[in-house]
Amino acid sequence: MTALLTVGDLHVRFGQSHVLQGVSFEVPEGGVTALLGRNGAGKTTTLKAILGLVQRAGKIELGGADVSSEATHRIVRRGVGYVPEDREVFSELTVAENLRLAVRDPEPRYQLVHDLFPELGRRAGQRAGTLSGGQQQMLAIGRALLNQNRILLIDEPTKGLAPKVVGEVVEVLEQAARTTTMLLVEQNLAVARRLAATAVVLDQGRVAFAGTIEALLEEPTLARRYLGVHG
Amino acid sequence: MLLVTGLGLGALYFLLAAGLSLTYGLMRVLNFAHGVFLTVGAYTAWTVATHVSGNEWVRFGLALGGSLLVGAVVAAAVELTLIRPLYRRHVEQVLVTVGLALALTALTQGAFGADPRPYPSPGWMDQVTLLGGATVPNSRLAAIAAAGLVLAALAVFLRFTRWGTIVRAGVENRQMVSALGIDVQRAFTLVFALGGVAAALGGALAASYFGNIDPQRGGEVLIFAFIVVVIGGLGSVSGAAVAAGLVGVMQQFANYYFGVWWGFSAAGDLAVVALLAIVLLVRPQGLAGTAPA
Repeated sequence: MTALLTVGDLHVRFGQSHVLQGVSFEVPEGGVTALLGRNGAGKTTTLKAILGLVQRAGKIELGGADVSSEATHRIVRRGVGYVPEDREVFSELTVAENLRLAVRDPEPRYQLVHDLFPELGRRAGQRAGTLSGGQQQMLAIGRALLNQNRILLIDEPTKGLAPKVVGEVVEVLEQAARTTTMLLVEQNLAVARRLAATAVVLDQGRVAFAGTIEALLEEPTLARRYLGVHG
Repeated sequence: MLLVTGLGLGALYFLLAAGLSLTYGLMRVLNFAHGVFLTVGAYTAWTVATHVSGNEWVRFGLALGGSLLVGAVVAAAVELTLIRPLYRRHVEQVLVTVGLALALTALTQGAFGADPRPYPSPGWMDQVTLLGGATVPNSRLAAIAAAGLVLAALAVFLRFTRWGTIVRAGVENRQMVSALGIDVQRAFTLVFALGGVAAALGGALAASYFGNIDPQRGGEVLIFAFIVVVIGGLGSVSGAAVAAGLVGVMQQFANYYFGVWWGFSAAGDLAVVALLAIVLLVRPQGLAGTAPA
């Protein structure tokens, strides 16, 4: 399978802290790749580094093009959708304004977003800061789905959500994954297992495993050591 | 009379503070050279007004238009050449903008002289209007009207245009704006240019307000504009408008009651600093600012 996204020897430093220490992996075109690891392993930083949101060294290739030195907005315009950890919706803007701001394509997929999240249509004029956590997550995902992206970078979409909302979000991501490649950071292993075919496990800023999810879960010591999963 | 004069002074503060507030809110840049845009506006207006003949209102209109254009161009040029290479380098930004303010003020003094020069306003500006029994200089009314128009125009821009939405979103989280594929640096240049326009308008109107132009005026007004921005809440244009009115009125009243009656000449300035201290103690985020999470 061809790689849509290639990350090579990625380094990120925050002051004295060497957070990513030569991370390399590939995300194949089509399907979901889960980026796993314990808290502080460097998963969120990896997504931010791919987008150029943090200072980094290393190589990032998207669809064969080297984007390592490109500004964030240029990387995104190549067809990257981003759903950050903690949603980061613009709380002072309305739901409709949040969505409008994300539009890049000439024909944004409002219908798709409103079909997936009817709540967003009903709350179009409401300030995003007054939405519940689940509704904010829907808005954050909706923003990323408005455009026909080549890859979605999704950071812990189920974090802090009620179990019922988790189910809704996972269903939407399952639908999105049928048409768009996804790199998914997820702490909930059950969710990662349901959505992803391949996995990359980070441990202390390095890649500890890259392969299929089945191979990862078949090896109990790996799962226990790097993900804290028992049994 | 005192109230309207205070609001007129507040209007000049607002014209400078609006750009400062947006610049800081969006870009986290404390632009100590912002007062220079006011000076540039005043001297451009003076140059046009003293070199163009004909109807005084046509002359005034051309002077105003010229100062707005030059204010926008100078502000955009400062952003592109000096501020842009220094984003996130706050100490260097302060040094560069302070240096620029000093250099351009000295340049203005070199070109036009250090003394104030009389400004040829239209005759109506020097006349007064009777308002509720008080005689109010028309130049104050013009400043208030201009500030009201700028406030309304900024509100429409911020609320109803895409670039306005980008600026509002960027004030909240500019990294996320970039992550949506938007070139946030273009918004920076736009905000700088808009700030330059408002400040230059303030410069042209300050020339009528004070009856002259002065190379030091930008720096003098800038200090109060900074206080207005802090009292209003960093990044809030409406907060800056309310704070500017408060500061201008308080300064006028304090100058009148403590200065004229008791001979305490710095009473107005002291009252403004006291107001700043009270706001910082009671509501550190300013009148319309949001408290950090």
